[in-house]
Amino acid sequence: MAQSVDLSGRELRTSTALPAVEVREVTKVFPGPHGETVVAVEDVTLTIQEGEFFSLLGPSGCGKTTTLRMIAGFELPTRGEIWIHGRPMGSTPPYRRPVNTVFQNYALFPHMTIYENVAFGLEMEGVPKDEIRRRVLEVLELVRLPGMESRRPRQLSGGQQQRVALARALVKQPEVLLLDEPLGALDLKLRKAMQLELKHIQHRVGITFIYVTHDQEEALTMSDRIAVMDRGQVLQVGAPAEIYEAPVNRFVADFIGESNLLEGQIARLEGERALIYVDGVELAAHRHAQEVQLHQAVTFALRPEKISLLATTAEVAPGHVSVTGVVEERVYIGTDTRYMVRIGDQAQLVVRMQNLTHQDADHFQPGDRVQLSWDPAVARVLVE
Amino acid sequence: MALEATTVERPLATQPPPAAGTRGAAARWLLGLNALLVYTFLYAPILILVILSFNASRNVSVWRGFTLDWYRSLLAGAGTLGLYGDTGTVAQDTAELARNFQASGIVLALRNSLIVSFSATAISTVFGTMIALALHRYRFRFKGTFQTLLALPVVIPDITMGISLLVFFSLLFRLLENLLGLRMALGFATIIIGHVAFNVSYVAIVVRARLAGMDRTLEEAAQDLGANEWQTFRRVTLPLIMPGVLGGALLAFTLSLDDFVITFFTAGVGSSTLPLFVYGMIRFTVTPAINAVSTLMLLASMVLVLLSLAIQRRG
Repeated sequence: MAQSVDLSGRELRTSTALPAVEVREVTKVFPGPHGETVVAVEDVTLTIQEGEFFSLLGPSGCGKTTTLRMIAGFELPTRGEIWIHGRPMGSTPPYRRPVNTVFQNYALFPHMTIYENVAFGLEMEGVPKDEIRRRVLEVLELVRLPGMESRRPRQLSGGQQQRVALARALVKQPEVLLLDEPLGALDLKLRKAMQLELKHIQHRVGITFIYVTHDQEEALTMSDRIAVMDRGQVLQVGAPAEIYEAPVNRFVADFIGESNLLEGQIARLEGERALIYVDGVELAAHRHAQEVQLHQAVTFALRPEKISLLATTAEVAPGHVSVTGVVEERVYIGTDTRYMVRIGDQAQLVVRMQNLTHQDADHFQPGDRVQLSWDPAVARVLVE
Repeated sequence: MALEATTVERPLATQPPPAAGTRGAAARWLLGLNALLVYTFLYAPILILVILSFNASRNVSVWRGFTLDWYRSLLAGAGTLGLYGDTGTVAQDTAELARNFQASGIVLALRNSLIVSFSATAISTVFGTMIALALHRYRFRFKGTFQTLLALPVVIPDITMGISLLVFFSLLFRLLENLLGLRMALGFATIIIGHVAFNVSYVAIVVRARLAGMDRTLEEAAQDLGANEWQTFRRVTLPLIMPGVLGGALLAFTLSLDDFVITFFTAGVGSSTLPLFVYGMIRFTVTPAINAVSTLMLLASMVLVLLSLAIQRRG
């Protein structure tokens, strides 16, 4: 049954090696409420490959939704150009673009039944009635909503409405599907389930997905690649692991997951390794090929789970560095225990230790002197 | 058990203050009287009118049994319309024929009223909806001024509007005659223009209220799914604002149907609407046929209102 669903028409498209979407040096300026101008998107360039699950991630107001709306055609770039499969979009209206959108609030037509909602796009294309019927029923099957055709949107739950919105866009067999925080209104459990389901559906239909979200965990879970945006600019583009393990600046390191970010100066440089002077302590990190000068102000970045706590007498693992500190606080959070350890007069490091055995949880107590050790290769020097 | 014990022991916090008993009763009595007076003055005249429309006597103060004669005379009037043509606007107080003759005047005036109301409603609904859409959708210079100007006819006194329309038409006619040699006079066209002038505001205001509650992304979703501007309007926007459009149209129709002042200034010979005709007739004599017409109009407007409520509930 699952194999009978053919929504992609991929044979045609994959033969062209063109990227699905290219955003080339796009800037969008809006007129503000008091005659001033607001730059929503500034000189953004992105290349999204065919079949990719690509996320635009950032806090609200970072320009991610505006970028998506420009690809959809609801907004036109002030400068720059959007290309879809090698065709410049110019001022092509939304109804002539080979993309479809799943809206944040679903935007289902309240005066139409579920069937009419999903059939709407095909009717606009002039698809014959019996083919519409076949395709609508097929796509409702795909999103696991069979038998709901004659209901009205308001008779469905949030999760079901979300599936209808997805079906309504997918039935058009778009070249690119745009999703604007589609899971934002769902509760946590449903959201997790839908994340996996969306990913499966994308796999099945093979359409390029561009997904806007402010939820970093969601982006990490679902995406092939992520573009992190802030204040209208793209800060970093990369695979989830790349974004998480090798953030290019303080914002990315802070926005994605949890990070220890300590400001200091370069005290010594030994090849790849840099020693950063923070609050009376020298912390070792890698430059990762960045050019840094002695005494330059930088940020030391290290993920809490990459630090090990050891007794002061214990042996540090080969290749690792260590500093001593005092445990100030201990919080048990089930899978992990979270320690706040003071290493200088002010400076603190957060450490997450996995609770592998029963005893792990109460290994160290507040007030204990401990060693913190890490591999300098996983600690990073961030230059603004 | 324990719960019950604690709740019983606690003193009641909601005891009425002592002296309020008598004062409360007096207030209730006055409020009751107030309601009685308001409803009496609102509905007693209407009720009396409806009852008198079935009175066999011509005299308002005497009840001489139930009759449908006045309604029949209206029907007869409608039947003799063709006979009397478009001149039946003069009341004659003679025999049975005269009564039908007068009734035919009523039917003629009713026909005029319906022509004016339907035309004015149709035109003002289209224009009012277009204005509401433009104000809702676009940002342009002096938008605030336009909005204020649009709402103004609602508060401009009818008499001001009527006189200004009359002056405007006189000037316009003179200009047309001098420049193009066209001779024009007041009539249906001028009444309809006058009615549209104030109805447009009401329709636009009602439709805008409906638009304000509509989700803009629904229109975007339609365009995203391949609907062009016109298809989006016809398939999504219009069905969603339809309760507002119908509500506005009904309001316009009601206002148009019973407008007296503006019509008085813009009407010409042979274009008297029902309110004008009834007013003219009453200056000579009151015939119960007027009661019958009024009762029918009451019935018609009640049906219209119920219809609009039903439509809006469904939307």
